[in-house]
Amino acid sequence: MLREIRPAIVLLLVLTAITGLAYPLAMTGIAGAIFPAQAKGSLIEKDGKVVGSALIGQEFKDDKYFHGRPSATLAPDPNDSTKTVSAPYNAANSGGSNLGPTSKALADRLKEDVDKLKAENPNAAVPVDLVTTSASGLDPDISPEAAQFQVPRVAKARNVSEDQLRQIVTSNTQGRLLGLLGEPRVNVLALNLALDRASAK
Amino acid sequence: MTVIGWLQIILFCVIIVALTKPLGWYMTRVFTGEKTFLSPVLRPIEAGIYWISGVDEKREQHWLTYTVAMLLFHVGGFLIIYGLMRLQAVLPFNPAGQGAVAEDLSFNTAISFITNTNWQNYGGESTISYLVQMVGLTHQNFLSAATGIALAVALIRGFSRASMRTVGSFWVDVTRTTLYVLLPICVVYTLFLISQGMPQTLGDYVEATTLEGAKQTIAVGPVASQVAIKMLGTNGGGFFNANAAHPFENPTALSNFVQMLSIFALGAALTNVFGRMVGNQRQGWAILAVMGVLFIAGVAVTYWAEANGTSTLHALGLTGGNMEGKEVRFGIVASSLFAVITTAASCGAVNAMHDSFTALGGMIPLINMQLGEIIIGGVGAGLYGMLLFVVLAIFVAGLMVGRTPEYVGKKIEAREVKMAMLAILVLPLMYLGWTAVGVVYPSAVASMANAGPHGFTEVLYAYTSSTGNNGSAFAGLTGNTLFYNLTLASAMFVGRFFMIIPAMAIAGSLAAKKSIPPSAGTFPTTGGLFVGLVVGVILIIGGLTFFPALALGPIVEHLAMNAGNVF
Repeated sequence: MLREIRPAIVLLLVLTAITGLAYPLAMTGIAGAIFPAQAKGSLIEKDGKVVGSALIGQEFKDDKYFHGRPSATLAPDPNDSTKTVSAPYNAANSGGSNLGPTSKALADRLKEDVDKLKAENPNAAVPVDLVTTSASGLDPDISPEAAQFQVPRVAKARNVSEDQLRQIVTSNTQGRLLGLLGEPRVNVLALNLALDRASAK
Repeated sequence: MTVIGWLQIILFCVIIVALTKPLGWYMTRVFTGEKTFLSPVLRPIEAGIYWISGVDEKREQHWLTYTVAMLLFHVGGFLIIYGLMRLQAVLPFNPAGQGAVAEDLSFNTAISFITNTNWQNYGGESTISYLVQMVGLTHQNFLSAATGIALAVALIRGFSRASMRTVGSFWVDVTRTTLYVLLPICVVYTLFLISQGMPQTLGDYVEATTLEGAKQTIAVGPVASQVAIKMLGTNGGGFFNANAAHPFENPTALSNFVQMLSIFALGAALTNVFGRMVGNQRQGWAILAVMGVLFIAGVAVTYWAEANGTSTLHALGLTGGNMEGKEVRFGIVASSLFAVITTAASCGAVNAMHDSFTALGGMIPLINMQLGEIIIGGVGAGLYGMLLFVVLAIFVAGLMVGRTPEYVGKKIEAREVKMAMLAILVLPLMYLGWTAVGVVYPSAVASMANAGPHGFTEVLYAYTSSTGNNGSAFAGLTGNTLFYNLTLASAMFVGRFFMIIPAMAIAGSLAAKKSIPPSAGTFPTTGGLFVGLVVGVILIIGGLTFFPALALGPIVEHLAMNAGNVF
């Protein structure tokens, strides 16, 4: 058994160096050369400043922007570091609500949000993704129905026609891959950037 | 449920079955030491590694030596992770300035990664440095996966050899698995993941100013290289807190689909390796069929339950299924399928929050783990777990006809059956025992995030997942407390090693036996009757063990939900 001790130590160190250092560092080097934009986090710049990542959702509250899904992410309480406070779309601390199907807190939150959205647009059914929190709290997408649902509000705030907005929504809708994988969706940040560009014209 | 949804599920199954044979062929060559197309590049590196570590690749080990070598290897792995986490504040590659990790959390995480569990009591982006992610966690993702495969191969040798004292060399098996199987796939896989949008950088977290003028700190890092082995090695520990639900850890529908395939690929291929090494590939297909029956049944229930939604959603007129805790790009079907896959295998990565699943939708992942993660299972661990059930099923069949049972030419006798029962019984002892403690110990009760039966399920899920070395969670439970850090670590440790040691004892005793040719009285183990028998034994043993616990958790919650109760 004693002769197993040397391999236990040396082999462990050698394999650690290969899989823990050589492999990730080599991949980082190659990624920087062939996929530089993705490797850095698919960042979007506007006027030379980073406004976010194409893959990471951000919070929109203004009526003139399309809103993303509710987010359950948290941040440390600035007054008491042992506690946490709600901090939607905190991209340094991802997570979901973890409320279960029979949770009263979830039922109350859903009712409040549904009532708010019904008041905003009484003419359409409330899309489920617009009142449920995502798993990561950073979902960049909403369903096409959730985007269409918000068109009247955004049109009013921007003083543009609903038809024009619906066109922008449609051109920013991504379908399923090969018509099969995933779900149809609209990237909220991309949509709002397209809106700002259209308004600037 | 939709037609497109079912088409995605069928496509997944077809690709897995198609990959099983070629991957099984390649892996068999690796484990039997034959040349592969990568040998010209890798053979010199392999030989160099043996030379520097003093390994004689010709010298095989007795099952006890093999097991001791494996344990020694893990002691070292534990010390590396624990040391790095405690010292990360003063080590390089820490742009976010993460401080030292607490003793109990470091202990829990180190146990979690050496046992291939990858339970996350740590928060990823908010707790640990890039150095720990790479040298601590990525390396152990490789080695715990390689260990699982090595052990499965040793058990297969037990079946395929006759009258021999040894079961192979642990050092050679681990090295060859890492170099020839895991690393080459991961290199290609990492590049694919980066092309889909996964970050791979050592740079700082990004400071962005959102369109509305708010500040957003975006965590990045060497994500792709870790995610590749996390999925392929059925490890499941995320770079980020939200794991594979995080858009950086699973950017697109395609990355999601490939991640699901990579969880099952090696585990499914090992059934073919088994068939090839015992000399009849149909033996492997029969085992894959047992797994397939249980898998499809689980997918159907979870997909149905999630697409159906909850009473709360129905009361508000919300249709489209239970989207709480799910991502839009995956939707109901890819989230349900992922949840069943990750718990059938011992992966534990999640692309949706299982805690927010419907009662019945979340019960299937729980059952998958309680059955011992034998539906494909963890790389290696799934196969040796399934073979334990096969030993029992054969024993039951032998009792029925009053004949000494035999399997692939080996007599199954008292010693093998005792060892198989020991391994199978130790799991419920851990997860039921600790759950019983967890629901009465006051500080453990305070960790529950949901009230009512769902809170009980959170605790049951935590111990089931850690005992099964899965690592997925009903994540509302606050696991980062002294009580949970220590008790979960003990469940992970016992669940891993008290299954491995009996399995290795079986390997040793089988290898020493003579091989007997099949006769007219031999029970055929390649047909439908055998598949049905094994499925039956699994469900009866499983059902008797954990049905009462399920009745107190998800089943009563489902009934309460239908009655319109909330807690």
